Formats: sequence, structure tokens, C-alpha cells
Amino acid sequence: MFKPAALAYTYDGSFEGLLCCVFESYQWKETPLAIHSDGEEQGLLLESKWIATDSSRADRVLKSLPLRICPEAEELVRLGFWSCTPDRELLLLNFLYLGFTHGRKVMNMLADDTVNTLHKAVQQLRREAHLYLGFVRFSVYGPVMAAVIEPKGFVLPVIQDHFCDRFYGESFMIYDKTHRVALIHQPGQQAIIPLEEWIPPEPDAAEEEYRRLWKGFYNAIGIRERKNDRLRSSLMPKRYWKHLTEMKGSTTAASGGKLTGSSKKLEERSLRLGDGDGPFQS
Amino acid sequence: MDMMEKLEILTASAKYDVACTSSGSERKNQAGGLGNAVSMGICHSFAADGRCISLLKVLMTNGCIYDCAYCVNRKSNQTRRAALTPEELADLTMQFYRRNYIEGLFLSSGIMRSPDYTTEQMIAALELLRNTYHFRGYIHVKAIPGTDDVLLSRLGLLADRMSVNIELPSQESLGRLAPDKSKSSILKPMSLIKEKINENRSDLVKYNHAPRFAPAGQSTQMIVGATPDTDFRILTLTEGLYRKYGLKRVFFSAYTPVVEHSLLPALDTKPPLLREHRLYQADWLLRFYGFQAGELLDEAAPNFNPLLDPKCSWAVNHREQFPVEINRAAYEQLLRVPGIGVRSAQRIVKARRAGALDFAALKKLGVVLKRAQFFITCKGKMLEGLKVSEHTLLRSLMSGQELAALEPPQYEQLTLFDDSDLAALPAAGAAVHKRGDWP
Repeated sequence: MFKPAALAYTYDGSFEGLLCCVFESYQWKETPLAIHSDGEEQGLLLESKWIATDSSRADRVLKSLPLRICPEAEELVRLGFWSCTPDRELLLLNFLYLGFTHGRKVMNMLADDTVNTLHKAVQQLRREAHLYLGFVRFSVYGPVMAAVIEPKGFVLPVIQDHFCDRFYGESFMIYDKTHRVALIHQPGQQAIIPLEEWIPPEPDAAEEEYRRLWKGFYNAIGIRERKNDRLRSSLMPKRYWKHLTEMKGSTTAASGGKLTGSSKKLEERSLRLGDGDGPFQS
Repeated sequence: MDMMEKLEILTASAKYDVACTSSGSERKNQAGGLGNAVSMGICHSFAADGRCISLLKVLMTNGCIYDCAYCVNRKSNQTRRAALTPEELADLTMQFYRRNYIEGLFLSSGIMRSPDYTTEQMIAALELLRNTYHFRGYIHVKAIPGTDDVLLSRLGLLADRMSVNIELPSQESLGRLAPDKSKSSILKPMSLIKEKINENRSDLVKYNHAPRFAPAGQSTQMIVGATPDTDFRILTLTEGLYRKYGLKRVFFSAYTPVVEHSLLPALDTKPPLLREHRLYQADWLLRFYGFQAGELLDEAAPNFNPLLDPKCSWAVNHREQFPVEINRAAYEQLLRVPGIGVRSAQRIVKARRAGALDFAALKKLGVVLKRAQFFITCKGKMLEGLKVSEHTLLRSLMSGQELAALEPPQYEQLTLFDDSDLAALPAAGAAVHKRGDWP
């Protein structure tokens, strides 16, 4: 909507920081060609403009979403930010241009490329988060329980309420290895905090026994005459197998760990998720 | 016998029960409790056969006093027997649940001593879970036909969902293969459960804290392919069950031969998975698409076409209702277009408020144009360059898998329209030949 400017914005990688990029774009009536988070590889030979995070500016943008678009737009933007779609910053900026122009109607413009891409990204994040409601595997270490996941999108804030309600009286941790953050819960307290590395301790005898029983159950429940590996892999993709107790030792499970370019990028980005308090609650 | 052996035996005996959902019940955790229930249901894993694992599905015991021919656990079958105590079962459920292996428990049982005794054992296990361990997760329990009403009522207050399996879709089949069961012994608990659910619903209006009776409703299962019953019969029965007994789900289980029996398909018969799949597709049409069984099948064509899904078959036979205009058609009309599902229909209704839709837009919304293109117009026009001939139409409506599943000689038959597979489409064949009335 504004003049495309031959520059890229660089911000700190937080949700607030992105909102400040939106503010900047409106203030100078300019559309950046790219938005990078700090430290991310910058492929284009563009002049880079550093956008400092200013919570009062971020707040102004955030407050305008329900007023000038609609309350659901705020959720959509947050979820879009947590998704793993490439160039999600620019996508969100474009979505907000549309939103501030068309108002509430933007939520119905499903055939528009920007709106459509954002909806698909959010749908993908929601789908992954839903899968993780089932695919998280806790190990019990005395009084605490812990699980490791490696999601593509930033799913912890989406699954947080579910697990904190379900295991209300338990102390547990879900460690997101991709984004290097952990959801930590104790009765009455919960937070998502940055955590560089976490290696699960050795299981005790009781834990080993229940893992063994679960594997026994898993193998007994399948019907041999209906064996269908393709269907299983489409419903439970192999990248999840590494952390699923019942699939450990499975032939293809080990290959899930290779780092592709994009997931490397994701990991770097996630380091900075700890700075802003956008995705974090306490 | 150690725990592992018991678990393996009792799981292997329970695996033919296909009900696996954990949906329909919404319950928050509360202080001192463990677990909650989520109304959309959660799959926790998928078995090697691609079926979802959501619940710890076991039998209390696989010993049984009955002798149903199709059942692995029948009295006369030589198989290893095991039983779990209520304590063992409750402990296993809690430990699996804490580790997030499962969404809850699916408890069924062979019949030990008597239906009442068996039910009492199940009640003991569930009371331990609910009252001692304060388990708030999902429980699906099997109502044993022949159980006393009072016991069934107690069971329903502990569970989220109850089910009574019909197994065989007609009285004749039941009489031949399950001589100890009768239609009335199955329908009696089913109507009791229905009454209790209705009663409970009005109680809940009056008293906020009335204990909930099977809040996720009841379901049943039918075996497909063990008897000569047709799809039409199965689907009509299904429809009746939804209407008369308010069932939440009817499951279909492709019969897997587990025992040698003169009245049953031979042991090397493959389970009729495609037939099961078609029935599930049709079941979906009944529950979410506003179809009736009589529209999909009739006495003259009592079985589903293996090559076309039920909705496509219906559409090909009812071309007078097409094409529909995407930008004007009612939601119910959109739902009847092949290639448009519930989600895309909803998206279309939403998106067309923001502006008229064309074919490119439909594609973005997730419409399967490959199938839908023959049945729709956008702004009054069919898709440009679309040719409808007998070859392209039917072929386009079949999925790659179905085409691949055909044996090479059957490819030839496709163009002839006189083979048995396409016999279910008499009107379609006729319509294809008079091409004039098809746009």
C-alpha cells in the first residue's frame, strides 16, 4: 500500500519487535522488502534498518487490532507469528495493511493470497499443536515428569493450557528442543522459559517397566491383516517418531534428526524468543 | 503370568473392537484430580495398521461363557486366557495416562460367570479410577447384553461413553453366528442407555450438579463381510440407530477371519477394507452432509460401487441437480457437490461475502476441483475448456488409489459400462450416453 522502499527491517525477533516494525512502516509510509530477525541470515543486498523494540509503540499497534479489524485478528496474528512459515514477518505486515484498509472484512477474504497464506500457516501450526496434545511422551522421574518435543512451529503456548489443566497437580516440564524453550509447571505456577539444552536423566526401573508395557500394548493392538505403513506414516509422520516411546528402536526413527537449512534458521531465531515477553506467560 | 503377558493377551483380544474415539466429552480437571476430557478427542498414537490409538483398549478377561462364531474369545476356541484385577487395570490406566500415552480407558470384557458378575467387575475398576484415584480422563465402557438395569445405570454414571455391539446387522445372521445373543438382548440395553441419557439431560437443566450419565453418548459396532448382509441393509440400520436410539457413532469393522467355521468366510479371506471404507464415507454423509440412506442405495443397487465414493455415485446419478452456482448456492447444496467437504463449504460461504469467487479462488479454499469441476459454475460459467466425456468424467471422479487398485483388464471394462463394478451406476451409464443434456 505504501511505496516499496529498497530496505530491509531488522528487529529483535520478539512479537513486540514485529509490532514496532508495523508502526515504523506506517510512520514513514514505506513498505520494506524484507523483515529479518536479528542474527538471521540476510540474503538480499538491501540496506538494513534496525527497528528498536518500544513497548509503547507495540502496544498502540496491538490495541488497534481489535478496534480497527476485529478481536479474532489479534489471535490470528499471534498464531501467525508462532508458525514456521517462511517470511512470516512480511506476511503479517501485508495482512495488517489489508486489515487496516478493509477492517473486519479481511477475515472473510480467504481467497486473497496474503490472507490465504496466513490462514494456511496458522492452520498448520494449529494442526501441529493438536498432534502434540497426543504425541508428547512424559517420563516420570520420581516426583516430576518431563518430555522432549521437536516441533516445527512454536507450539508450546498453544498446548500450554491443555497440559497445565490435565496435570494440574503435577510438576512437569515440556522441553521444545527446536526453539530451546521449556514449559515448566508446578501446582499453581507455570511459565515458558528459554533453556539452552536439556538432556533427560536415566529412567528408573519403574519407568522402564511402564515403557516396556506400553510398547507391548502398542505392538499387540495392531491388526496384522490390515498392516498399512503408508497410512500410519501419513497420520503419524516419521519426524515425530524419535520422541515417541513406542517407536524408539524403530528402523526409520533415527533418521529424523538431520538439520535442514530452514530448521537451523528456526533454531537461531528461537534463541531470541526469550527477550520479548510476547509468547511468555507467568 | 506376568503383567506383560496379560496385557498382550487382553489387548490382542480387544483389538477387533474398532471404536477408538475419545470425543464428545468436555471435562476440566479439578483440585486433587488427574486428567481432563477434550470434546474433539485426541489421538495419541497410530498402530501399524494405521488405526488411531486413543484409549487403553483392553478386556478385563478374554474368558467367555458364550460361543459366538465370529469371535476370538468364544468358549470353544483354543486360546490362552487371562484376566486383570480392577486394581491392576486402574494402576495401568493411571500410569499410562500420566505419561500421556493414552487419552483414557476403553474397557470391554468377555463374559465371566454371568453378565451381572462381569459388569460388577467393570464397575469395581471404574470406581477405583474415578473415586479413589480421582481420574478425570475419558472412559468408554462396553455394556454387556443381559446385565441388570441397575448395574448398567451405575456403569453409565462412571463412564463417558457406553456401547453395545450389534456385531451382525440382521436377526438371521445373529441367529446363525451368535446363538447366545438376540436382537432384543442388544436393543434393550441400548434403549435403557438412551433413556438414561435423556433423563439426565433434563436433570442437568434442573440441578446443576446432577451426575452425568455417559455424556459422550453411546456407540455401536457392526461387522462387515462375515455374513451376506448388503451395504443397503447396514446403512439403513445405521440410519435407524441414529434416529431411534440417538447414537453418537456407528462403527464398521471389516471382518478379519480369526476362527475356522463352516458358516464364515475362509481363514485366508482378506478383510473387506474398501467396503468398510465406503460405509464410513456414507456414514459421514448421513451425519454431516444431510443425506439419507435411501438416497445413496436402494434394493435395486444394494451395494456401494468400489470405484466411486458414495457422494460421487450419488451426484453422477442425480445430474439434474447440477451444476450449482458457487456464488449463490445454499450451504446444503454446496455440501452435495463432490470435492466440496464441510470445511470448504464453510469457507466458500464465508469467502463469497468478501467478493465473488472464481475457479482459482476455489482451489485456494481447498475444493478438490478435479471432482467438483463437473458439478459447479462460477459466475454462471463452467470451467473453461472442460470436456465431459464418458472417459474423463468417471475417471476424474476416481482417486489415483482406486484406479491403481484396478487390475489391468478392468481398465478395459471401464469404457464398456457393462461390468459388475459399474452396475451400481445404471443411470450414470445411461446419462453418459446421451451427452446432450450434460453441459
